[in-house]
Amino acid sequence: MKCKAIINELADYLDEALDSTLRSTIEQHLGRCRDCRLVVDTTKQTIEIFCNSEPAPLPEATRQRLHQALEKRLRRARA
Amino acid sequence: MSTPKLDPPHAHTLPSQVVRDDEPVLVAAARSGNIDAFETLVGRYERKIFRLTLNITQNREDAEDAMQEAFLKAFEHLSEFQGNSRFYTWLVRIAVNQALMKLRRRRPNVVSLDEEVDTGEDLMPRDVEDWGPSPEQRYEQSELSEILGRAIGELEPSFRIVFQLRDIEELSTAETAEALGLSIPAVKSRLLRARLKLRENLNRYFRARGKP
Repeated sequence: MKCKAIINELADYLDEALDSTLRSTIEQHLGRCRDCRLVVDTTKQTIEIFCNSEPAPLPEATRQRLHQALEKRLRRARA
Repeated sequence: MSTPKLDPPHAHTLPSQVVRDDEPVLVAAARSGNIDAFETLVGRYERKIFRLTLNITQNREDAEDAMQEAFLKAFEHLSEFQGNSRFYTWLVRIAVNQALMKLRRRRPNVVSLDEEVDTGEDLMPRDVEDWGPSPEQRYEQSELSEILGRAIGELEPSFRIVFQLRDIEELSTAETAEALGLSIPAVKSRLLRARLKLRENLNRYFRARGKP
């Protein structure tokens, strides 16, 4: 399997969506190809960094406007 | 020859995938008109929904409007929520629609999610470097957030939104396809390109030979 084919399968490989034969073929390639191994590793880190990142706190003014808008509409709905 | 040890791939279970036990109770209470229950749900998800709408629109005012409208629509249409999916997934779909409307209004000629992706493009990454120690340890939280915001903001909208839904909000490929009106192969193709492009964007900051 060539590097280009590995990259085309990268998303399914990282999502564990490949059958065991293809996965094993890819892992054999990764065992001997440093560049592909680095691409897989840094792409995996990319996903994890975004996935693990906590959303920033809502700016207080934004939060207040949200809750005022909700309160107004929700109270109207209840009336 | 010895084979280097590979870490297992992307088998992660993250906090946001865990539905809190009280969520069905809160949703049921909100459906019967309990405003406090709905406010609790809003407080639980407001930060994530704002990040979602901000990443899609790339504009704070539009993001705030889209978030507000998403929560208001969610309350108004709560009786239509079937409970077959997580409440959060349902809420994300509403917020995505609101954010996309804002984005299309502002950039009508740029945003077309269902355009064909050019498959002739060479996906082979050019900058292949080790990132060394964990970037999360090398950067302060606020600095890291800024880098991530800049890196995702540089993606084309159709790649950015697919990445946002699949890898940040953790919707499945099928849920992402349904939310965006795309086919599953189209989601997969955009996701691969988005991940590779983001990796390339982050490589500028995280490569082991130092900060840019």
